[in-house]
Amino acid sequence: MTQVNRLTGGQIDRESTLSFRFDGKNFSGHPGDTLASALLANGVRLMGRSFKYHRPRGLMSAGSEEPNALVELRSGARREPNTRTTTAELFDGLTARSQNRWPSLAFDVMAINDRLSRFLTAGFYYKTFMWPAAFWECVYEPIIRRAAGLGSLSMQADPDIYDKGFQHCDLLVIGAGPAGLTATLTAAHAGKQVILADEDFRMGGRLNSGRFTIDDMTGADWVTKVVAELATLPNVRLMPRTTVIGAFDHGIYGALERVSDHIAEPAPGKPRQILWRITAAKTILCAGATERPIAFENNDRPGIMLASALRSYANRWAVTPAKKVSIFTNNDDGHRTAQDLHRLGIKIAAVIDTRPDAPGSTDYEVLAGAEVANTTGRLGLTFVEVRQSDGSMRTLECGALGVSGGWNPNVHLTCHQRGRPLWNETLSAFLPGEDLPPGMHVAGAADGQFSTHGALKSGQQAARRALGLRGRPPAVPEAEDAPVTQTPFWYVAGCERAWLDQQNDVTVKDVKLSHQEGFRSVEHLKRYSTLGMATDQGKTSNLGGLAIMAELAGKPIPEVGTTIYRPPYTPVPIGALAGRSRGKNFKPVRLTPSHHWAKERGAVFVEVGNWLRAQWFPINGETHWRQSVDREVRQTRASVGVCDCTTLGKIDVQGTEAADFLNKVYCNGFAKLAVGKTRYGLMLREDGIAMDDGTAARLAEDHFVVTTTTANAAKVYQHLEFVHQCLFPDLDVQLISTTEAWAQYAVAGPNSRRLLKKIVDPAFDISNDAFPFMACGNITICNGLRARLFRISFSGELAYEIAVPSRYGDALMRRLMVEGEEFDVVPYGTEALGVMRIEKGHAAGNELNGTTTALNLGMGRMVSKKKDSIGSKLSERPGLNEAEALMAVGVQPKNAEDKITAGGHLVSADGPLDAAHDQGYVTSAAHSPTLGKMIGLAFLRNGGSRHGEVMRLASPVTDLTVEVEITSAHFVDPEGERLRA
Amino acid sequence: MLINHPLLGPRDSSEFIYLGDATLIDRPDPETASAQDWHDYAYLRDNPAGPHRELWFHEAGDRSWLVVTRNTVTHEITSVELARDVARSQGRSK
Repeated sequence: MTQVNRLTGGQIDRESTLSFRFDGKNFSGHPGDTLASALLANGVRLMGRSFKYHRPRGLMSAGSEEPNALVELRSGARREPNTRTTTAELFDGLTARSQNRWPSLAFDVMAINDRLSRFLTAGFYYKTFMWPAAFWECVYEPIIRRAAGLGSLSMQADPDIYDKGFQHCDLLVIGAGPAGLTATLTAAHAGKQVILADEDFRMGGRLNSGRFTIDDMTGADWVTKVVAELATLPNVRLMPRTTVIGAFDHGIYGALERVSDHIAEPAPGKPRQILWRITAAKTILCAGATERPIAFENNDRPGIMLASALRSYANRWAVTPAKKVSIFTNNDDGHRTAQDLHRLGIKIAAVIDTRPDAPGSTDYEVLAGAEVANTTGRLGLTFVEVRQSDGSMRTLECGALGVSGGWNPNVHLTCHQRGRPLWNETLSAFLPGEDLPPGMHVAGAADGQFSTHGALKSGQQAARRALGLRGRPPAVPEAEDAPVTQTPFWYVAGCERAWLDQQNDVTVKDVKLSHQEGFRSVEHLKRYSTLGMATDQGKTSNLGGLAIMAELAGKPIPEVGTTIYRPPYTPVPIGALAGRSRGKNFKPVRLTPSHHWAKERGAVFVEVGNWLRAQWFPINGETHWRQSVDREVRQTRASVGVCDCTTLGKIDVQGTEAADFLNKVYCNGFAKLAVGKTRYGLMLREDGIAMDDGTAARLAEDHFVVTTTTANAAKVYQHLEFVHQCLFPDLDVQLISTTEAWAQYAVAGPNSRRLLKKIVDPAFDISNDAFPFMACGNITICNGLRARLFRISFSGELAYEIAVPSRYGDALMRRLMVEGEEFDVVPYGTEALGVMRIEKGHAAGNELNGTTTALNLGMGRMVSKKKDSIGSKLSERPGLNEAEALMAVGVQPKNAEDKITAGGHLVSADGPLDAAHDQGYVTSAAHSPTLGKMIGLAFLRNGGSRHGEVMRLASPVTDLTVEVEITSAHFVDPEGERLRA
Repeated sequence: MLINHPLLGPRDSSEFIYLGDATLIDRPDPETASAQDWHDYAYLRDNPAGPHRELWFHEAGDRSWLVVTRNTVTHEITSVELARDVARSQGRSK
């Protein structure tokens, strides 16, 4: 197809031609085109269907404020719904599909909604789909979603990379129109680090769209010259295709750079988009202004657009939607559009100006004091019905109608820190208020400076003011400086189906209805009618809606106020917000020193805290995890097993008052712990609830190593620093986390000492007498490698934990396996670890669950009354110490075949089975290969004196009710003989 | 947000962990405090719309606890002190 609507001139490269597809048809365009301009060039006016009524829609704008012409861009996994054709740069091979229509754009079955519009008014969903409530999810919502909608997702993973980046600058300039360019030049010449960000791919703002001259050159040429100069300056960073989406705290701005959106796919290794966090000492907002429409009956037909958009398409892209157009305006700027179009050879049917004193023209007819009463044309505009000043009607034939209701400064970012815009009577528009984000200045049309000269000058002034520059400023280039006044004209009297928000299908009638039904605040109007809640966030519709509200309420506009502007300024893809934090990188896992060795052994892994740990090690013939875990437990208890426990938090505590410090943070005493000894310690929160447990080993008078649970390592470290820095700042103690510095293995089982003797250097005696239970010390192994040895046991067996510098962790594990062959050594994972600790009755995360006290855990007597420690006072509260308090117990099924489930609750054997008679709950359960049945740990009211009692364990979730016997929590070796062997 | 660390200069708030009201420094004297004092310390916090002294931990930095005075309405930060110094100035020692 030829480009039938292409004019002469424009900032496109006619030397090369790009082909693209829209709804299966082939078209051509040129570099410099957007998808919107290229479609217009090819005579396409109809580009989409509206959200609710499925009305045929075309372009309304030529920029990011576009509400209508949204498409699904690209295909396959890169398909991107709801993309504005007005900002999509054309590239060769681009494919796009229209949205929200079936079977085709020209014939859409759901267009029946338009006929039903009487019933589909504001608040329709709330009024209609009220009951039954269950119908919402399964009936109403799917139907509504299918009927009313936007584009659809590809349902495939996005193949592209999205990055995040940080930048810092003296001055951030937002928008590269005339004001932004002079602001940047001024700051750049002063030697400041400047970032100039503009959402467009071509800088220059409206200078590219008009025929204004600056000095003796066209606006577009002046832009080219200035941008070329800025590009050579090392202290300036030009960021085209970059939308500043929000003003955040402390001069931080979010910006989305569309690095590769303008090409078919990103170059290898390059991101599709980058989300920048820009920290700017000062900022100048030069975001320009957005033209506002006038509402009239049937003002949404394809071909009806903002007058400035017509002008942009003609001047910048050399296209027109039709050969014959009309302009509907209430201000002088509408006439500029008519003049520009006329010069380009487009026939002006008439300029319809609402003002009785409208300026005349010798080139075309001007209908002063007239207004558009209605339009016709099923899939695109054909006729405009005009009510002339004398009341007579006249029909104009034209394929496009440019509408100009004046300009709204783009104040959005001035309001992101709770600032409110101020109403300006001369411009009948909101201007930036007093309460700007700290460091922000505003210049150009965003500040109500609507003339070109005014914009150029205010940019310079704002930069000088922001940066505190002195001396005489250089002369500002010559440019037009016509005064601008705007008188309000929001809608044509008597119109009803006159669209305000074209994307969400909100009409003048809907606003009136909302008001009538009592939605008087702008925030209520917005939510009830959905005005301004679409992806364009009401950039072209909000003011019209609230002006009508104000009129109905008989209040001035500033009294009605605006809704709150919030980030982002334009939509941001979720992919850009996620950046690289996707899939396995969403939450990175850490690998233990023995990870690669475990992987070679075929271990199954599990995430624990931030770590990936071996869960069990299946061997030949094992088909069920229980087989592996039972074997690991039996072999460990029978001979020796090794488990990587590097992930337990390790905190080095040093200083002359290290023992005093530990006395503060552990509820039990540490002051008298001898050098070379280890002690179990329980930390409480200040409110008396157990926080974490572990061991503290005293390696020297002034040196302890504290261990924490894996999951709480970071939290406990933070807590210890709090206790030191905030509560006891003069204690001579230093803390540092050494979790990553040491690889640590539990070597457990009756043969553990024999195995260790093979690697511990002979200078160190680890016999039971020389190195008894709870001993610790610095040793060397394997001929001189420094190591730490702790005789502690989580399994209940004779056991040690041995630590070596992390880089030797892999080698040590392999060495233990080789040396342990004669003892039939077995590596065990977290499951076997868990089984053995339940068999031994040790508390873990399930028991230290944020609700339990030392008393509940059976360690009430550990809380020392001889000293003050964190939590000791509040743990004495009567409510935490009543006779019926929960106490840790063991549970075993009466029938060995029965299951025990964690989360199940305990009730008496013969009483009612309901929540009111609940007496406790099971926290951990496992199959014990040692006992040959399932066992569990539980908290039971007054459990300490109920051993031997038979109760019922009920778990409605797993449909389980079994008889259990309450026992001691220590199922294996309750006297601890094995530990001390 | 940026937090102007007294030792390290302005740092991005993402390097920090927020704890809450800096009155946590005022731990009651275990020798003299009443049950009510302990209850108030553990559970009662003011929730001002305006300046708020609060504790932040520079976890991804030098591991300092800081007392940050932040306006909860505007997020303006008017002072940043080392919690250790604040604690000492309030008479805390060992």
